[in-house]
Amino acid sequence: MSSVPASAFLALALILFCIGLYGALTKRNTVIVLISIELMLNAVNINLVTFSKYGMAPSITGQIFALFAISVAAAEAAVGLAVLISLYRARKTVNIDEMDTLKN
Amino acid sequence: MMENAWLIPLFPLLSFLILLLFGKRLKEASSYVGILLTLASLVYSILVLFERFSEPTFITKFDWLTIGDMHLTAGFEVNQLNALMLFIVSLVSFLVHTYSKGYMQGDERFPVFYAYLGLFTFAMLGLVISPNLLQTYIFWELVGVGSFLLIGFYFYKDEAKAAAKKAFIMTRIGDVGLFIGMILLFWETKSFEYSEIFAAVDAGAVSGTMITLTAILIFIGAVGKSGQFPLHTWLPDAMEGPTPVSALIHAATMVAAGVYLVAALFPLFAASKTALLTIAVIGAFTAIFAASIGLVQTDIKRVLAYSTVSQLGYMMLALGSAGYVAGVFHLMTHAFFKALLFLAAGSVIHAVHTQNIEEMGGLWKKLKLTGPLFLIGTLAISGVPGLSGFFSKDEILVAAWEGGHPILFLLALAAAFMTAFYMFRLFFMVFTGEARGNQQHVHESPANMTYPMILLGVLAIVAGYVNTPWFGTFLGDWLVDGNKALEHHGHAEGSPLIMIAATVVSLAGIYLAYLMYSKRSLKRNWLSGTGDTLHTILTNKYYVDEFYQMTVVAFTKGFSYFLRFIDVFLVGGLVKGVTGIVQGLGAAGSRLQSGQVQTYGAVAFIGLAVLVVIFALTGGYLR
Repeated sequence: MSSVPASAFLALALILFCIGLYGALTKRNTVIVLISIELMLNAVNINLVTFSKYGMAPSITGQIFALFAISVAAAEAAVGLAVLISLYRARKTVNIDEMDTLKN
Repeated sequence: MMENAWLIPLFPLLSFLILLLFGKRLKEASSYVGILLTLASLVYSILVLFERFSEPTFITKFDWLTIGDMHLTAGFEVNQLNALMLFIVSLVSFLVHTYSKGYMQGDERFPVFYAYLGLFTFAMLGLVISPNLLQTYIFWELVGVGSFLLIGFYFYKDEAKAAAKKAFIMTRIGDVGLFIGMILLFWETKSFEYSEIFAAVDAGAVSGTMITLTAILIFIGAVGKSGQFPLHTWLPDAMEGPTPVSALIHAATMVAAGVYLVAALFPLFAASKTALLTIAVIGAFTAIFAASIGLVQTDIKRVLAYSTVSQLGYMMLALGSAGYVAGVFHLMTHAFFKALLFLAAGSVIHAVHTQNIEEMGGLWKKLKLTGPLFLIGTLAISGVPGLSGFFSKDEILVAAWEGGHPILFLLALAAAFMTAFYMFRLFFMVFTGEARGNQQHVHESPANMTYPMILLGVLAIVAGYVNTPWFGTFLGDWLVDGNKALEHHGHAEGSPLIMIAATVVSLAGIYLAYLMYSKRSLKRNWLSGTGDTLHTILTNKYYVDEFYQMTVVAFTKGFSYFLRFIDVFLVGGLVKGVTGIVQGLGAAGSRLQSGQVQTYGAVAFIGLAVLVVIFALTGGYLR
């Protein structure tokens, strides 16, 4: 059970985070971008759980924190999708590079 | 009275301000404002002049600027010369104000014209009561501005525009000389005050070379203002201005300012033989040079303009020959008869609507008042015995003879001959013979134009009697009274032969003009016909303008092109480079602000990565 070292978990989290980051920064479709953000959140969750087990002072707090993050992420995804749908109704597009109203 | 003489220039200034503010509303009534206020100046000037006859010079000043232990003062001075100039300027100005009411009637910018007249009169009156060089210089430039505005009064005509610019630039060239001379004097004597400068010169505190240098530099200023050779070309062109202006500025007052300046600084000039000789030579040369051009001009005002240049040369010759009284005396008589001639010429132009004398003729019967008045002026300037010009010209010839310049004396005599000839040529061509041009509605001018001429006519006859070899030399004695430096330059007792020579020469000139233009027993082209070399040279004014065009103007233009090149390519390039860099930076920055959240995210992430790398390399502490 404990034959899997902490560095493997951390590497997994790193890879997941990088994939998420890459997707969030490069994809044009907003749905993909939202999914990528979920990937990044889950990479963080893996980190939390890893350190709750292998950290300097292992405790259950990390796992509870991960649970919180998952529930908040679910809420965030719901809100994000709602915003996306309302944006789609207004702009007839889900392409993120056309959402440049920040410029003005 | 004299302690309040500073009020005299303020009346015309008040007129200027009133007309500037309310001219549009006053319309033709503006003339009354101008006339009344200059009348106030005139009355005050006469009172001051009479008081000065019996009382000593009044001078007052106060500290104006204090720089370190140097005090620059401002104030005013009423000495003999200043009192006389006040009277002449305010009189001619008042008469011209009155005359203009008729002459300028119906002009769209009538109030503006009167406002400019007020400004000019203020500056000229201020000039003649200045007690120091600095104040003189300020007013000197102000009269230049007044002259510029009035020459360019018909600014919609290209000639008037060009003439105004030319007058301003040509006189500026002279002013640079005056300015340098003034600063050099200040450097040497630590004062701008006339009295202190004279005291320093008298005490020998200034070296001889320096006196000569400063005197000649100041004389260059006078050359510019008084239209002496080689800076004379602006004065004939200045005739583009309205005729009353020509009478006031370019005959009687402003152009005499150069003569006034030399007279006011006479003790300085008298201390240098070289400076005096320079003045005398330039004066005599200008006198004959301009007179010879005047022989062939066909524009009535241009003939008078060249005669003005020539007469100013006379005055300079007198001053240069140490004939202080002669110069000032001729300045006074010339102001009267030349103003008269210009006003009469204005009346003629008013009647026939042309300035070309070839198109006039036979006006004697039609202009019953202007004709005789013009004749009086012509007789006076020609030096016919009994009139004012005769006495002052005689005084100058005596001064030139006594000054020990026989050649200059002969030049002056020849110029007197030419003057008599071209003035009577003008008179005969305008007033006698057959009408040549299209003259339908010829009419005499209204009373407000003729009365000033009548008054000037009277003065042109009698003004000479204040200083004659026959009835006493009142003016001469008074002018030099109580002035140590001038005592030896008073009236000179000349041989009666000089007077006879002057009379003969002037009568000969008149007779020749009579033969050629009235009796026509001599053909007009007996000496040199149209198209001959001599005639061509004279009608082209010795090609002085063309010469300047080819040398000074061409050089200045070339130089300005060079400077423009530097400006456009060097300075402009530098500026464009700087703006280019800033704009490029801005453009790069604004490209980042694309509104794309993904870009912002990428930038934030790159920033974070860089920070982490730095953190890893430095171990957490940035040093």
